[in-house]
Amino acid sequence: MTVVERLREGLGNRVIRIETPNPKRVYLTILPEDLGEAARFVWQTLDGRYVTVSGIDTSSRIELLYHFSVDREDTFVSLRVFLDRDRPEIASLSSLIPAMEWIEREIWELLGVTFRGHPNLKHLLLADDWPEGNYPLRKKTDGA
Amino acid sequence: MARRRVVIPIGPFHPLIEEPEYFALSCEGETVVDVEWQAGYMHRGIEKISESLHWDQVTFAVERICGICSTSHPIAYCNAVEDLLGIEPPVRARYIRSVVAELERLHSHLLWVGLAGHFLGYNTVFMWAWKYREPILDAFELITGNRQHYAMMKVGGVRRDIEDDDNLRLKKILADARGKIEMLTAAVLDDPVLAARLKGVGVLTPQDIKNYGAVGPTARASGVDIDVRRDSPYAAYHLVEWKVITGSAGDVFDKAVVRLLECKESIRIIEQCLDAIRGTKGEIDAKVREIPPGEGIGHHEAPRGEVFHYVRSNGTNRPVRHKVRAPSYVNIPTFRASCIGQTVSDVAIILAAVDPCYCCTERVQVYNRKTGRKELGFDDLLRLSREKTGLIAREVRR
Repeated sequence: MTVVERLREGLGNRVIRIETPNPKRVYLTILPEDLGEAARFVWQTLDGRYVTVSGIDTSSRIELLYHFSVDREDTFVSLRVFLDRDRPEIASLSSLIPAMEWIEREIWELLGVTFRGHPNLKHLLLADDWPEGNYPLRKKTDGA
Repeated sequence: MARRRVVIPIGPFHPLIEEPEYFALSCEGETVVDVEWQAGYMHRGIEKISESLHWDQVTFAVERICGICSTSHPIAYCNAVEDLLGIEPPVRARYIRSVVAELERLHSHLLWVGLAGHFLGYNTVFMWAWKYREPILDAFELITGNRQHYAMMKVGGVRRDIEDDDNLRLKKILADARGKIEMLTAAVLDDPVLAARLKGVGVLTPQDIKNYGAVGPTARASGVDIDVRRDSPYAAYHLVEWKVITGSAGDVFDKAVVRLLECKESIRIIEQCLDAIRGTKGEIDAKVREIPPGEGIGHHEAPRGEVFHYVRSNGTNRPVRHKVRAPSYVNIPTFRASCIGQTVSDVAIILAAVDPCYCCTERVQVYNRKTGRKELGFDDLLRLSREKTGLIAREVRR
């Protein structure tokens, strides 16, 4: 069974959209509330290796991509979630995958996404006295 | 009576700076009970800068992320953009990419072996390893014009060809290096003192590797058989014969073994690539003009592990988002698993074992939390580390 077939079978109707620009890249869109279950499926059942998370400000929404590599199949599975740009918030995965602790801190400070249940949500790369509400990777939408 | 807990700050700055970091080790007596990591002292915002550069300029910007593995980021970035485009570079360019990438692995691993020796009080190893690293840097100068920051990569290919004259000179340099590296490998691996000093120290289990997403020699030393070069073939790695080196114990000794044996494999790869392109001519550039809207993921096995790049294009001449994840970002958090329960005299070498960049380990100081007085400096910790080696050496000889 291919990775895409296993994803469809394992996640069922939680899958909103699957994009495969080529056989080695799978971008899977899900709802933010399904992230925990989807990540557990990819990380444990598919034995995906946690790679990183990347966040993008699309000017209308905040988009997070949780990248996992299924090394045996030479395939990247990226879980895509969209968050409200005014109040971006999602559950922390650091209790499932310990490595998430650091990248969630980075996304919190650079994009302003709040991770519910994070044990230690404080600055990682920016200075401790960095001005609150100033997120460097947010796009300027007011023409400023 | 409750034991007194002291915090040992490690870092953040040192003149050798590559990646300044700060570690707070909480210790009870000699034993480390917790590790806290802070980074960002040299955060230059390259991801943000990248959004304001032309696709071609980004290749140079990412080359400056790291001075030691300076070709790893351009390769991963080019792989990402080529993934977006759905193209592959010409075969000759693939061979040249592998040559440059493996030369880099050679010099980076030799640098690590030397520094690891230095931390343990084995300065002979340090002198040897750095002496044998020098011709590798000369080889870089020969084929790229620079000892560091080679500027060889471009989206769709490479910038410079390797001419037949240089090809032969490079073969000569590698033939010399092979004997010396074999001698160094044998000397390090057969040394009973190093074995006694490093075996069982800073162990990472396969589950630790999975939890922290650790990569490269750090993962392979724990028996986790992953290597981007084999698992996700790019450049010329599927066109030549070589094997992935793995360990089993997950301790500092196995990390050294993996790195030393990888040097030999790197030489094999480079020699086969050079043979394949000698006496032939061919295109080295796919001549990419425009980058269409889309997204791409690229990765590359750098000396320290997988480098990951994600790019997104909206059809303009600049990336709209560019995410970079270096291997140390996932390797460094493993300290929480490898340092806890170990003694302070072993911490310098455990931290050094993932090859994080030495600025971290050169500024260890022990403070008494109550009085705020410095009790041990980095020199003292080096002394402790070396004394332990000396002690083991005497026991082994007895």
